[in-house]
Amino acid sequence: MLKFSRLIGQLVSFILFGLMLGSFSNSPRYTYHDPEMALIMVSFSHSSERKEECRRFSPEELADLAANMRRPMDCKRERVPVYIEVMLDGENLLSKSYNPTGLAKDGSASIYERILVEPGQHQLIVKLRDSGRVEGFDYKSDTVINIEPKELFVIDFRKELGGFYFL
Amino acid sequence: MLLRTLFEHIEDWFDVVFGAKWNPFYQLGALGWFYYWIVVISGFYLYIFFDTGVTQAYQSLEYLTHEQWYAGGIMRSLHRYASDALVVMMIVHLLREFAMDRFRSPRWFAWFTGVPMLWLVFAAGISGYWMVWDQLAQYIAITTAEFLDAVPLFGEAIARNFLTDAKLSGRFFTLMVFVHIALPLFLLFVMWIHIQRHATPKVNPPKELAIATLSMLLILSFIKPALSQAPADLSIVPTTVNLDWFYMPIYPIMNNVSGLTVLIALIVATLLLMMVPWMPPGKRVPVAVVHLDNCNGCSRCAADCPFSAIDMAPRSDGSAYKLEAVVDANHCVSCGICVGSCPTATPFRTKSELSPGIELPEDKIKELREKTVAASSKLTGDDRVIVYGCQNSLDPSKMADAKVGVVTMPCIGMLPPSFIDFVLSKKLAEGVFLTGCRQGDCGYRLGIKWTDARLAGQRDPRIRKRVNQDRIGKYWAGMTRRKEFFKELTAFRLRLNKLDSAQLEDQNKTNNSSEKDNAQV
Ligand code: HEM
Ligand code: SF4
Ligand code: SF4
Repeated sequence: MLKFSRLIGQLVSFILFGLMLGSFSNSPRYTYHDPEMALIMVSFSHSSERKEECRRFSPEELADLAANMRRPMDCKRERVPVYIEVMLDGENLLSKSYNPTGLAKDGSASIYERILVEPGQHQLIVKLRDSGRVEGFDYKSDTVINIEPKELFVIDFRKELGGFYFL
Repeated sequence: MLLRTLFEHIEDWFDVVFGAKWNPFYQLGALGWFYYWIVVISGFYLYIFFDTGVTQAYQSLEYLTHEQWYAGGIMRSLHRYASDALVVMMIVHLLREFAMDRFRSPRWFAWFTGVPMLWLVFAAGISGYWMVWDQLAQYIAITTAEFLDAVPLFGEAIARNFLTDAKLSGRFFTLMVFVHIALPLFLLFVMWIHIQRHATPKVNPPKELAIATLSMLLILSFIKPALSQAPADLSIVPTTVNLDWFYMPIYPIMNNVSGLTVLIALIVATLLLMMVPWMPPGKRVPVAVVHLDNCNGCSRCAADCPFSAIDMAPRSDGSAYKLEAVVDANHCVSCGICVGSCPTATPFRTKSELSPGIELPEDKIKELREKTVAASSKLTGDDRVIVYGCQNSLDPSKMADAKVGVVTMPCIGMLPPSFIDFVLSKKLAEGVFLTGCRQGDCGYRLGIKWTDARLAGQRDPRIRKRVNQDRIGKYWAGMTRRKEFFKELTAFRLRLNKLDSAQLEDQNKTNNSSEKDNAQV
């Protein structure tokens, strides 16, 4: 009798362990993203303009420089921050400055933003400033988009391609 | 302490159901090794059929799961469930070693090397789920990449690779396969390091337990095969995912807390965990000391030390013996098990200075004999019992009374069997009762195993034949089984009483018959 109940006990232990492995290995479900919503991602890296424009060395200055350091132009390496605005149907969803990377602040700025939006048709305006100007923008794009629930809409930027483009 | 009592209560229950030999709690490390091998073997099978390509990866697993469900599908499920079981085992093992206090500074090594294994196991499991390239994998990829981008180490944002299918390359899968093979291999190496300080480490569970566990995993694989979720599609955001909660409990946190915070929390937690053996440091009890003038180089102590702390080295004192015992102070945990194994540690020696080949400076054999004699002197009656107990389980000194004398030592494995002979032959008591940690889970690993073997005459130093085994009792009580301990002790005393009355009768008979003989003459 004792032996039998021990066997049952062992069986129960194994079944419980198996149940635990079987269930928690893929449940409960986790909702990462509301299936009713769409997602706009702003993601790119971009090198903005230098903070100060390059300046031609004067002959006197050139003479002062060590021989191996002589070059015609004096360029400070630091870049200005990249400033971005995203407007959807006239509503401002993002306006933010991104600092250039690197110790000397001479690298490209890295932008990675997630914006949850209602699916449907929207007017999307994205603007970017990457120069020393105080007002206005260097790049701008104005489009009408139609996005579905769960869709991932990517705002990318490539200077060589003329500015913003969408995926 | 609370945690330890909790563990012991649960384990007591498992002792009833499984018996001490098969109790899974006593086999956690060994079960870990067993799960590891299942994962490796099933993984090898999957690897044969796995295709590394953005779309092929998913398809090759679909083929295994559905077309080849009887082999590939089972292997896949075994691979998943054994990996999950490994996590369960590892966490319980960690908690248990913590609860049982088997990690303080002299025993820091296994704990310290255990911590990186946590990272390796989790990283290996996550890279495995990544390779499936279904929506779960996509979710893992995005979340992991966003997390890694918080580390200022990588220049280019990794997460950008997972924005569109066009940016994803097959090379990436090759990298994942490499990672998923390299991490477990490295894990094996660390697992091997982990047990370096253990003599005869338990790396294989008892056969019956192994078979039962494997059967359970097989049945589970049949009932609930491991499946992929819908294929990854980077233009669609994964919405609801079925996480493997054994491997990914921190993923939802990573979605909601900044990557840097998570990273710092993980690093701090890891460092704290690694420093646990020294917070606070364990008492540094003086380690075992060899007295060369009494060591004959028999090697028994080296064979019995559970922590590989004794090496046999060529003789350094010019004696005729070839070898001598040398204690490595960094490995020795002062359990005294070597003392119990040394043939020179006997209370019968009459030399004024009773010093055996090896002993603990704080628990000298001489003192053990003195304590035994002192405990005996307080006893009265004709069913006196000396209880030898360890300082790791229930404290037997509280039960000392007019009939029970108690002597404790760090581990019951420290008791040389000759002490039992000593007590009985010098009539210090009518019986000797031993107690200590629970059978199958000695706090110093092998103390109980060696004690049982020595008493049974299976291991040196054996107990002398002349000792009446009926006068030796034992009950491995641990911390929690106080009641059972007293029951066993009482039963032992009853047996002693019967034994004595039987002997008395015997004596009377022989006396009577000799009287008759006398009368006849
Ligand atoms: C893959 C995971 C692991 C495996 C396979 C494993 C395996 C083992 C094995 C086989 C033993 C020896 C048991 C014996 O023979 O007495 C052991 C002991 C031990 N392990 Fe682990 N272990 C793992 C993870 C960990 C972790 C994560 C920790 C804690 C951070 C840990 C801490 C310890 C400690 C403290 C001991 C006992 C050392 C002693 O008795 O002095 N282990 N482990
Ligand atoms: S006291 Fe224990 S750990 Fe130290 S040498 Fe002796 S048996 Fe080994
Ligand atoms: S058991 Fe004793 S006699 Fe034998 S080697 Fe060890 S210390 Fe020396």
